[in-house]
Amino acid sequence: MRTIRVILPTHLWRLANVSREIDLPIAEPATLGTLLDALERQYPVLRGTVRDQITKERRAFIRFFACGEDWSHEPPDTPLPERVLTRAEPLRIVGAMAGG
Amino acid sequence: MSGVRVLVGTRKGAFILTSDARREQWDISGPHFPGWEIYHIAGSPADPNRLYASQSTGWFGQLIQRSNDGGKTWEAVGNNFAYEGVPGTHQWFDGTQHPWEFKRVWQIKPSFTDPDLVYAGVEDAALFRSSDGGQTWEELAGLRGCKGHLWQPGAGGMCLHTILLDPEDPNRIYVAISAAGAFRSDDGGQSWRPINQGLKSEFELPDPTAEVGHCVHNVAMHPSRPEVLFMQKHWDVMRSNDGGDTWYEVSGNLPTDFGFPIAVHAHQPETIYVIPIKSDTEHYPPEGKLRVYRSRSGGNEWEALTNGLPQSDCYVNVLRSALAVDSLDSCGIYFGTTGGQVYASNDSGDHWKAIVHDLPAVLAVEVQTLP
Repeated sequence: MRTIRVILPTHLWRLANVSREIDLPIAEPATLGTLLDALERQYPVLRGTVRDQITKERRAFIRFFACGEDWSHEPPDTPLPERVLTRAEPLRIVGAMAGG
Repeated sequence: MSGVRVLVGTRKGAFILTSDARREQWDISGPHFPGWEIYHIAGSPADPNRLYASQSTGWFGQLIQRSNDGGKTWEAVGNNFAYEGVPGTHQWFDGTQHPWEFKRVWQIKPSFTDPDLVYAGVEDAALFRSSDGGQTWEELAGLRGCKGHLWQPGAGGMCLHTILLDPEDPNRIYVAISAAGAFRSDDGGQSWRPINQGLKSEFELPDPTAEVGHCVHNVAMHPSRPEVLFMQKHWDVMRSNDGGDTWYEVSGNLPTDFGFPIAVHAHQPETIYVIPIKSDTEHYPPEGKLRVYRSRSGGNEWEALTNGLPQSDCYVNVLRSALAVDSLDSCGIYFGTTGGQVYASNDSGDHWKAIVHDLPAVLAVEVQTLP
């Protein structure tokens, strides 16, 4: 078990009644998938808001950014980057740009 | 002293408007859930302080919020709307088959007797039921067995937008879907049948009298006479005297028979209201005049209600869930517009006044008459 930093979009941190950045304990192996499992376990109100509850597919307008790169299209078993694991950087969950 | 609570869902949050029985001075609460689309808010007839709200965005999906104190505080409840079994496919815009995909909850209908029993109409069209106050939801899947593969999205999506419960028969449920039509269950939602005989959709369907596929916009009933139904269809205002078995047109002298909502007066079962909209391509009032039309004869003969409503340069729309009535002695009528106004009449529609002018686009208006 390790604790990583996660930054949530405004609607979701308000919904979960937390601050913008949270500390999230996650199980090994530390992957995008286990991170989302941990997020939904710790904050059940977020179930369905980041990924589909049944298919586990990322919602279309959600993005995962870390270390200056877009990790949104990586499969769920992708290991998190080292700088996220060491808390040097947060994993950012972002509402994608849409509109004018 | 009795009063009313008007529950307003908008593109960017919910608002709760309250007044005493005179309905002249209003308190405005909100926005609740700022930034979220609120497709519907409804109160329990059995417990007026129990409210349910459908909260969604394209980014973060669907939530259901529940209040036990009349909207002062809220808690998120269950939002897992899983279709029963393999969802199958329905007709897509290009005529191909398309998988059923959950998008949002359009309508919430609490039961008359149990605050924890509540129905939800969703897009892609299906009916769900919760018997634990919204914590868990189960699909009443027999509905999609009514030729669901022939249903297709209207311009607003393939939504189940209307749920009517029969106050005299707890086993009888009506729903309406764009664009599939109206359906009825006589066994508490287990089995269903289409009730579209008499509807004609010559501009929308290759077979104008098809059993399913009609773009029904809204259906209303008076609780004292649940076998009489009134329908605003895409085109045509319709009436049924036999629980939807057969329908006939009552558009009469309306300036246009296109529109979205329809409602029945609280104390006069033959008095009904529609808000004509110019056409399906021009979603605004004819001639730029916002007029509610009232029929005191259950249709066919209509009078324009204009006192207090803008009669020039008005190009707002009034959506299907945005018209409601209270049940005070002098019946109140309420509707919301895409321009952000909520208009109210405390005298059955004779005089109107905007309670609020500048909300986000209004998606839904419901009214609770408080003891």
